[in-house]
Amino acid sequence: MNETLHLEIVTPFGTVLDEPVQSCMLPGEQGAFQVLKNHASLVSNVDIGLIKVERGSSNTLFATSGGFCEVKDNVIRIIVESAEQAESIDAYRAQQAKERAEQRLAEKKSQVDMQRAELALKRAVNRLKAVEVLKSIH
Amino acid sequence: MATLREIRQRISSVKTTQQITKAMKMVAAAKMRRAQESILAIRPYANEINGLIHHIAESGDDKMDSALMQSRPVEKVLIVVVAADRGLCGAFNSNIIRATESLFEKYKSSSAVELYTIGRKATEYFSKREYPLFKQKTGIFHGLNFERALEISRDVVSAYEAELFDRVIFVYNEFKSAIQQNLREEVFLPFVAEQPEETTIQDYNEYIYEPDKQSILDALIPKHLNVQVWRILLESNAAEQGARMTAMDNATENAEEIKSKLTLYYNRARQAAITTEISEIVGGAEALKES
Repeated sequence: MNETLHLEIVTPFGTVLDEPVQSCMLPGEQGAFQVLKNHASLVSNVDIGLIKVERGSSNTLFATSGGFCEVKDNVIRIIVESAEQAESIDAYRAQQAKERAEQRLAEKKSQVDMQRAELALKRAVNRLKAVEVLKSIH
Repeated sequence: MATLREIRQRISSVKTTQQITKAMKMVAAAKMRRAQESILAIRPYANEINGLIHHIAESGDDKMDSALMQSRPVEKVLIVVVAADRGLCGAFNSNIIRATESLFEKYKSSSAVELYTIGRKATEYFSKREYPLFKQKTGIFHGLNFERALEISRDVVSAYEAELFDRVIFVYNEFKSAIQQNLREEVFLPFVAEQPEETTIQDYNEYIYEPDKQSILDALIPKHLNVQVWRILLESNAAEQGARMTAMDNATENAEEIKSKLTLYYNRARQAAITTEISEIVGGAEALKES
């Protein structure tokens, strides 16, 4: 299979990935979708979720906290505020973040705090999910 | 003329100070390098976001608009002052404070102005002088992280959305090089889409937008503002370290100068003491001979 789809993942902390791939699964705001070769030009929101990158034999999994993606001429640009490779996620820390967020939600403070806690919880759960998915593969 | 002992003490005290300034210079240099790397790291992200905004806001026949892009008559102004937490960095803090004061004066006649101070130095200065402070943040530059930028961005954006302010301006030091900082005053809100760095004329007609252009734009702008705040914090941090490095380098040089001057004094005084001693002895011996 010729890999002519180019993927870039850009975050505020630098470029995470910049290489040819076969396909990429993205968590869109209205459900996950997959980008293959010769995909139509697209701009989409990216939700909190998992990005699955397939390149031949090896797959890579990233947990992202949301952003955008642009597809044009077989180049995918994923522009997100964070993208952590599943292997490098600290499950213990994610678990703690989850508990903290749950605690904050239970306290029922102001509207803004609740929204933030909910998002934090979503991110933590997502990271834990990334770790689990990774385990189930291996 | 000071006594020999006093001069010796001064020399050793200058020496100690010099050691400290030298160490501070090294630390600042290391921190500056790290801050510089972070600035380089956000550049691709900032460019991409900018390009996307430009793409969505300018493409097609219907120009897109967002609540954060609409300008209102300026009645209430928020000035976000980005200074440092610590001193000993030359004119870094005082430049920022002076610029803020003149900006404050400029807007004061026509509108209500409040300050959002970032960094202990700015907070101390403006709260002591009883300027109207909207919010303040101190101690964020030690172990600076993205979360802090998000907090500030959220504060500012929600205040703007609640129409507490009609214009938000950031005053900060931009990092040019280790020896040069540029003072910048940037209108943060209302948001104006910049021209992306590389302007390639593209055909935007065939794009699919998920869910639709307006919601993408509405989500893009806050993300853009987040990264702008992060950039400003990083720039200011790098500039601060650069300023400190230069200031400490100068201090080290000055200490060297004082040290050599004092050593000269010391030697001269020692020589003078020896000369007096010898002439006393000689004088004594002569007196003995005569008797």
